[in-house]
Amino acid sequence: MKLKQKDLLGLEYLSKEEIELIIQTAKPFKNLFTRTVKKVPTLRGKTVVLLFYEPSTRTRTSFELAAKRLSADTIGISVSASSVVKGESLIDTVKTIEAMKADFVVLRHGMSGAAHIVSKTISASVINAGDGMHEHPTQGLLDIFTILEKKEKIKGLNVAIIGDILHSRVARSNIWGLNKLGANVFVVGPATLIPAEIEKLNVEVHHNIEKIMHKLDVINILRIQRERQEQNLFPTFEEYSEIFGINSYKLRNAKNDIVIMHPGPMNRGAEISSEVAESKNSVITEQVTNGIAIRMSVLYLLAGGDGGESETFNS
Amino acid sequence: MKSIPKKVIMTDKEMSITLKRLAHEIIERLHGVNNLVFIGIQTRGVFIAKRVVSIIENITNKTIPCGTLDITLYRDDVNHISKQPVVQETEIPFDITGKDIVLVDDVLYTGRTIRAALDELIDFGRPRTIKLAVFIDRGGRELPIQPDFVGLNYPISKKERISVDLKEFDEKDKVIVYNKE
Amino acid sequence: MKLLILNGIVCDPANKFEKKANILIENGKIVNISLKPESKKRKSNIKVIDANGKFVVPGLIDMHTHLREPGREDEETIKTGTRAAAVGGFTTICSMPNTQPVIDSVSGVKFILSTASNEGIVNVFPIGAITKGSNGLELAEIGKMKGAGIIAISDDGKSVMNSIIMRRALEYSKMFGLPVISHCEDMNLSANGEINEGYISTVLGLKGIPRQAEEIMVERDIALAELTGGRIHIAHMSTERSVEIVRNSKKRGIKVTAETAPHYFSLTDEEIKNTDYNTNTKMNPPLRTKADINAICKGLADGTIDCIASDHAPHLAEEKEQEFRVAPFGIIGLETMVPLIITKLVNEKVISFREAISKITCGPAKVLGLNKGTLSVGSDADITIIDLKQTKTIEKFESKCKNSPFIGQKLTGFATTTIVSGIVVMNGGQIVSD
Repeated sequence: MKLKQKDLLGLEYLSKEEIELIIQTAKPFKNLFTRTVKKVPTLRGKTVVLLFYEPSTRTRTSFELAAKRLSADTIGISVSASSVVKGESLIDTVKTIEAMKADFVVLRHGMSGAAHIVSKTISASVINAGDGMHEHPTQGLLDIFTILEKKEKIKGLNVAIIGDILHSRVARSNIWGLNKLGANVFVVGPATLIPAEIEKLNVEVHHNIEKIMHKLDVINILRIQRERQEQNLFPTFEEYSEIFGINSYKLRNAKNDIVIMHPGPMNRGAEISSEVAESKNSVITEQVTNGIAIRMSVLYLLAGGDGGESETFNS
Repeated sequence: MKSIPKKVIMTDKEMSITLKRLAHEIIERLHGVNNLVFIGIQTRGVFIAKRVVSIIENITNKTIPCGTLDITLYRDDVNHISKQPVVQETEIPFDITGKDIVLVDDVLYTGRTIRAALDELIDFGRPRTIKLAVFIDRGGRELPIQPDFVGLNYPISKKERISVDLKEFDEKDKVIVYNKE
Repeated sequence: MKLLILNGIVCDPANKFEKKANILIENGKIVNISLKPESKKRKSNIKVIDANGKFVVPGLIDMHTHLREPGREDEETIKTGTRAAAVGGFTTICSMPNTQPVIDSVSGVKFILSTASNEGIVNVFPIGAITKGSNGLELAEIGKMKGAGIIAISDDGKSVMNSIIMRRALEYSKMFGLPVISHCEDMNLSANGEINEGYISTVLGLKGIPRQAEEIMVERDIALAELTGGRIHIAHMSTERSVEIVRNSKKRGIKVTAETAPHYFSLTDEEIKNTDYNTNTKMNPPLRTKADINAICKGLADGTIDCIASDHAPHLAEEKEQEFRVAPFGIIGLETMVPLIITKLVNEKVISFREAISKITCGPAKVLGLNKGTLSVGSDADITIIDLKQTKTIEKFESKCKNSPFIGQKLTGFATTTIVSGIVVMNGGQIVSD
């Protein structure tokens, strides 16, 4: 099996079968984590460049661990956001990386479409680790993987994504992936943070989480940023928390086995209460573990040369 | 690549006899089963291992641990082939350190699978010994690897392919030689 | 020196004339149009152009061109911009004042005119700024600039956000008979926007510019034109509702005219997605939707939209080859305008060839009060010859920049000869140097 593209730019571009393959392959990788030696020699000699234009300890660490557990060499390049305008252009940076013969470029960038630019410029496999407000495909995949561990299938599940949908690449990747696997997706947030015509992505828009709480199987809580208040997207951070923050009171009518997710990092007490984050329904730490397995799976499936099928392993 | 069936070289009855012989041979040559564990290589080696283990368990009245090993992540050609092989489960729910392992596969050909399996096993622990049991040895080794127990020696050319059909996957047990085209 | 254009189909929308005819040019003026067939035989001291099978039309006028000089000569100069114009079939272009510095004074206007007369190969008419530095705060010296030769005022690139300033501009410019060309964009509403707000902006995660940002200003500026009796011209109209507002206002007798650009009837915001964030699809106003294209076409057909203008906006490859958000707005357009009009409007039967030509000849001439855009005997011999059958793939440009979303497209209908004041400046797609 192989992914059709050389890159992973977004879940929009993957078929249902490809998403299922990535998740299926993540399972044996996750099992590796229980071994004493958590490392396999699969990608020995491959180089993974982690090109990060936004600080992100979690995603970067997760990709780095994933690559290292596959025995690939990793190199991190951090570029500050200010130098996007002043410094070397993205294309020139990427051409330099190409000249260094990297096999993978993992890109995190604050602007939508940046991963496409890199993909068009370089022959290495590009993995989008989040571009602006566009997509964060490995987060979407790890969220689906985590849901699948708790629920048997995605089809028919009621999944709500709550928070700043407008600016969220996590929301977009989740919406594409979940819809392809047949979930019913709800987006919940202040009207100012719901992007235009999002219902065309086959989601139901709500502004009151309590009205739909009883039917939800999964709730994915997005991080809310303080700067949105300065942009007048809501009056105060406190008002946002009161209306959209998830606490045990808001969950009082929820199903017993509702799965509670958060891509992290959390603003405890803002979009999620500590009690909810620590509850038995929370899979937030599981998401972190699964993130590594998903990223290993993606690296593995995007690797491979062009030498045709194996001859010598046919027994 | 199409394969054209050439001939059946073993029937289900013959296979059953061979499996029994392999079981006896292993008990005999390893002087008992007290320190013995089996590891079958995905996919068909797992089922050959299970069958041999169940025969030995019947003979000795002892329970013998049997694990499965998927060597995909230890292959030496992952960076070259165009299609990534499906990664299957590796499940070794026991400590292999100090054990006598019998590694089982259906067909031994180049030896590359066994090389990968040995590397992977070492990452799990430090067994006392590892012996190799294969159902068919078709020759054509590319690495210095030899089996300790062989069901059938059946040297064929590179243009031929051998398949051990098992009733767990296929309609019935048999061993067939194919011509590649 | 005489020039005779033989056997072409002469199409002069201003005079509702469309017949096979010959045009005789002498001393830079059209001296005779005859319907008699003439032989191709060479006459001494008459240069003959055979236009058999082609259309001979008044020299084309682009009323919305960014020439970048002064200030950004790396992107375009008056010389290269006029060469691109000539290749595109234009004999007259109107330069927008948002250069560095902004053309907001007599010296700026004089600079454009003198550079154009020294280095340009087509006519250049400067447009002056409405406000000093186009800052939207203080009126520029509109009267003095009129004296120096401007033909309109505009703060194009931005809106005059302050309504009282816009009111004063309309009132004041009325004295000089100058139209006010308005870039309609409520910049508070469009703030940081990148593309049309809608499904595509949501899916691509790009900041949306709602259509209302344009429409609010179209409505406001027309209201101010009504208040003041001034002449408002709406630049690069892109939405369905803008067309509707202009149509209704015209019906009510308000002095409003409007233009659109070829990309607003050729492309939708889908193009941004289909090209995976190609920044040559980034312009302001942004590409809209199919419904808007239909409305623009209807507006062109019923006369609501008077002109088609290129909004030629050169940007260097290194400026465009950046992240979508930081890439500048705008595309070049002089060399693709005629084939886009022919391919997307004439061949698709949206408007007739004659109507199409009126939008780039007598249409803009009337808005700007130019004594151009017609083939009447006695007028300047600015003439363009168009081959409706020529089909080419867009790839090369005379402009310094290549920021076009139409690269690689196969289009039909190209200007083959451009004549300015009786002198052939372009023939067969090549600049004629003398």
